[in-house]
Amino acid sequence: MGHQQDAYFVPSKSQWPIVAAVSMFVTVFGAAHWLNAQPGQPGFGKAMFYVGLAMILGMFFGWFRSVIRESLAGSYNDQVDRSFRMGMMWFIFSEVMFFGAFFGALFYARMFAIPWLGGEGHGVLTHQFVWDGYSAAWGASGGGGPEKIGGFFQTIPAWGLPLLNTLILLSSGVTITIAHHALKAGQRKRLLVGLGATVLLGCMFLYFQAHEYMEAYTHFNLTLKSGVYGATFFMLTGFHGMHVTLGTIMLAVIWFRCAKGHFTKDNHFGFEAVAWYWHFVDVVWLALFLFVYVL
Amino acid sequence: MTSGGIRRSVTAWAAAACASFGTAAWANPEPNQLNMTKGVSEWSPYALHMVGFWVCVVIGILVFGAMFVAMFRFRKSRGAVAEKWTHSTKLEIVWTVIPVIILIVLAKLATGGLTSFADTTGSEMTIKITGYQWKWRYDYVDYKGKGVDKVGFMSKLEESSDRTRQLKSNLDPAKIQVDGYNTYLLDVDKPLVVPVNTKIRFVIVGGDVIHSWWVPALGWKIDAIPGIANAAWTNIKEPGVYRGQCAELCGQDHGFMPIVVKAVPKAEFEQWLTTQQDEAKVQKAAQTAQTAPAPANQG
Amino acid sequence: MAHAATHDHHDHHGAPASFVQRWLLSTNHKDIGTLYLIFSLTMFFIGGAFAMVIRAELFKPGLQLVQPYFFNEMTTMHALVMIFGAIMPAFVGLANWMVPLMVGAPDMALPRMNNLSFWILPFAFIMLLSTLFMPGGGPAGGWTMYPPLSLQGESVAYVIFAIHLMGISSIMGAINIIATILNMRAPGMDLLKMPVFVWSWLITAFLLIAVMPVLAGAVTMLLTDKYFGTNFFNAAGGGDPVLYQHIFWFFGHPEVYIMILPAFGIISEIIPTFSRKPIFGYRAMVFAIASIAFLSFIVWAHHMFAVGLPMGAEIFFMYATMLIAVPTGVKVFNWVSTMWGGSMTFETPMLFSIAFVILFTIGGFSGLMLALAPADFQYHDTYFVVAHFHYVLVTGAAFSIMAAAYYWLPKWSGNMYSETWGKIHFWSSVISVNVLFFPQHFLGLAGMPRRIPDYNVAFANFNMISSIGGFWFGASQLIFLGVVVHCVYFSKKKAADRSWEGAKGLEWTVPSPAPHHTFDVPPVIHDDELAHGDTSH
Repeated sequence: MGHQQDAYFVPSKSQWPIVAAVSMFVTVFGAAHWLNAQPGQPGFGKAMFYVGLAMILGMFFGWFRSVIRESLAGSYNDQVDRSFRMGMMWFIFSEVMFFGAFFGALFYARMFAIPWLGGEGHGVLTHQFVWDGYSAAWGASGGGGPEKIGGFFQTIPAWGLPLLNTLILLSSGVTITIAHHALKAGQRKRLLVGLGATVLLGCMFLYFQAHEYMEAYTHFNLTLKSGVYGATFFMLTGFHGMHVTLGTIMLAVIWFRCAKGHFTKDNHFGFEAVAWYWHFVDVVWLALFLFVYVL
Repeated sequence: MTSGGIRRSVTAWAAAACASFGTAAWANPEPNQLNMTKGVSEWSPYALHMVGFWVCVVIGILVFGAMFVAMFRFRKSRGAVAEKWTHSTKLEIVWTVIPVIILIVLAKLATGGLTSFADTTGSEMTIKITGYQWKWRYDYVDYKGKGVDKVGFMSKLEESSDRTRQLKSNLDPAKIQVDGYNTYLLDVDKPLVVPVNTKIRFVIVGGDVIHSWWVPALGWKIDAIPGIANAAWTNIKEPGVYRGQCAELCGQDHGFMPIVVKAVPKAEFEQWLTTQQDEAKVQKAAQTAQTAPAPANQG
Repeated sequence: MAHAATHDHHDHHGAPASFVQRWLLSTNHKDIGTLYLIFSLTMFFIGGAFAMVIRAELFKPGLQLVQPYFFNEMTTMHALVMIFGAIMPAFVGLANWMVPLMVGAPDMALPRMNNLSFWILPFAFIMLLSTLFMPGGGPAGGWTMYPPLSLQGESVAYVIFAIHLMGISSIMGAINIIATILNMRAPGMDLLKMPVFVWSWLITAFLLIAVMPVLAGAVTMLLTDKYFGTNFFNAAGGGDPVLYQHIFWFFGHPEVYIMILPAFGIISEIIPTFSRKPIFGYRAMVFAIASIAFLSFIVWAHHMFAVGLPMGAEIFFMYATMLIAVPTGVKVFNWVSTMWGGSMTFETPMLFSIAFVILFTIGGFSGLMLALAPADFQYHDTYFVVAHFHYVLVTGAAFSIMAAAYYWLPKWSGNMYSETWGKIHFWSSVISVNVLFFPQHFLGLAGMPRRIPDYNVAFANFNMISSIGGFWFGASQLIFLGVVVHCVYFSKKKAADRSWEGAKGLEWTVPSPAPHHTFDVPPVIHDDELAHGDTSH
């Protein structure tokens, strides 16, 4: 595209940032209002929340459309490309830290909070004076904590659906890599098949995850309220599931862009960003599988 | 504080330090009080506090002194011309190493203090403290190896303070006094009574939200956390009334749940405890008589 | 598109004429920086108003003005507004304005995201502040929002979502700053030739990206505990209220340094300028900032010495905390050495910087004392702590921001501020701030807990002195407002490009006021022009 390396690019003004800020505000204000709604007085929260979500969707659509147009027009030089890459990498790092908070909670609950309630180590007095008679254990036998909050429940066995989902996500990591190589080699058909397979695998994962949740609620009585076990289980797998959903949607968008021929073998940051994101989601799942299901 | 030579040197240093703050041996907050109380318990962080304080003062004098000399000597208005040097490895090593040495000494002292604080073994008495919004409950668990039966009570802000502290009450806080000492917001209806010269173990929990049990004269505070028990100990050396307050924000009346510990000679305490136990028995009997058919169902 | 036309349509040096175009849709780092600074100043006065309510109620014993619950709302809101609304956006604003100028970049790396980072903030604060007018009242459980207390309010969801928004804004802002520093430097601006301010922001931005998501996680758990029946912080369900405090302070301690590292950077720019001598030990300064940032991740539980940690944890966190004194000491010694042998003048930015070094160090001293866990059993949650963190945040962070404002106002506005009124502002602030906060050390040591609306008569005198200092300090900031407005709109004295005799660095090579677009073409770097002058090794 003949850019001089020593010239800078500064994008033109855009309405999308401020639209984004307003949309986010509408969404969360609605959500907060909805959460505080009293029975019988639903208020405007729910409607406001959905309007906000629609605005956010519209905003993403508009913002990305303008970025894609600029990209296709060749406005971006290597420096802009590097900025985008850095932005995406640091965004993924922030996501890692977000999951870190929940993994930290799981670690603490399992290694400290529950054993202490049962009288181990630092918890001797807690057990003796507050929770006399509670025998601590992680998972079903530890119940919903000393007060058995949420009632008796069973845990999801690791070697059934979770194992299947692990295999699905690992395969999707392979298919997206195949697609990436195909893109770099200019093999359009292989690219579309590989990427399409990744999208399908993502959908399969989500289907099985939803199935697992239904099983948990209907057959195992494992719910969000099942003590700290249920809390960590559903929050970790739930946030991961939301990220898979987002990743799958992004992959689908990229598939359409590939089909329209938006990417060249040297210039396909959009593809790579989503691929990085997908690998990140994959790695988080491996940690989940190990710490939430297996151990 | 802890053992041996360090303790002696620290105490000597602390004594010198204390002199510069006046020698008042207060235990409860005094008007215009500048420094931390030495406390009345066997364990006190006072000496460590003073060591830390003087370390800071000495470093402060050196650093700020150098700064003021620089500001005076190297002013442009006095014709100072800027020099060119930008670093000195030797100097930088010196002012990295010296603080490290000071910190090691401080860490040693503080570790000793922590170790003795954490050691609740050998206590002769256990009291369970429960924090509620916005009062304390005290339950006597055991004394001299024997369980104490049903001695426990709520302790909350006494009535005259409570009236005065209402918004726009127009009552004068200065008028609330006990024995010439102003007890506004520092007095309760029923104090915690404990014996002197007895190692007392406190087991502290929260009833609803997190509170923190703090009597400055005992030298520490520790959080009262719902569902989790914490432990601390004291061994009060002088009879007296020691006042404190909840130290962890616990809602609207956080500022109005004081703590009063009344330390009395052992004999007096034992007598008090017997009276309380007898009263409890009488009350219990009366209660069972009243609610005879329905078994008392209290957690 | 022909590439030399880097700014799609506008001519290179003019700002767009339309107000909406310029301020709402901006992609210009200077305009967005200005927006951040104005927002921050607004929040500074709102948070300050809350502080005035607090000090007025504490003027004398007894409750005269507000109910205790409202008092708790004020302490909570004061902290949230000052931390997330005043201090952090001010530093981000300074980074927006100055980092591109200092590294020779035409703008931030991701200018549209930059605009989004800013515009989230006003909405987040509208949401936060609106809770004060809701039937259930605003948050009153302290800015740390410890459960179970924080879950008792009805404003929980609003506050938590507002914090989510602020977090998103901070993370995007930080990503932008990192990308700008790593990717947009002019050729020849090596990492170890960057001004210390840029270094301090590079490290701060890393801290922000690392810990803001952790805060988001912590408050999300609060939200689900309150509204969806999870048991993260409920011991009866196998959780632990202390778990929240661990996660919160894993965010909270780096957060404290997010609010002081850029201040270190600012002071490291100003002291060499007015000493007319390069910064002493440039590499040591950079290394010290990096070590402080590293240590900030392993000291969090020193905020929790009184929650009943296992003794091993108490000892570990105590030692790690004490270690921070070493790199912080290096910084203070290096600032003093920079002054030593210089040729000093004392314009307002320098006065604020000197006050910073002394008063921040006093805050550091009380920090060292607080690090001693056994002594902290007394200090914790008392006015001693209140005094400590106001010394580091007001005479530390806020003074550095004021120093920066005076230092760079000529570059921003093209006019010199009134030196006389600047000095009046300085002396009035520096005296009153000590009247305000120094007696709080005594109150804490004497046994006054923090966050109480009323107190025993024994604490009356120092509280009254402190309140008088508070009103005086608050009033002094109106002078600051006056000086800034006068400088921008009314000052007749034009600023030179290099507004200060001893000032070095790229920002002084562009005209004053800095044109709307600068460095369309990367500048040529002359090493002797750089602020630190440490190119010898």
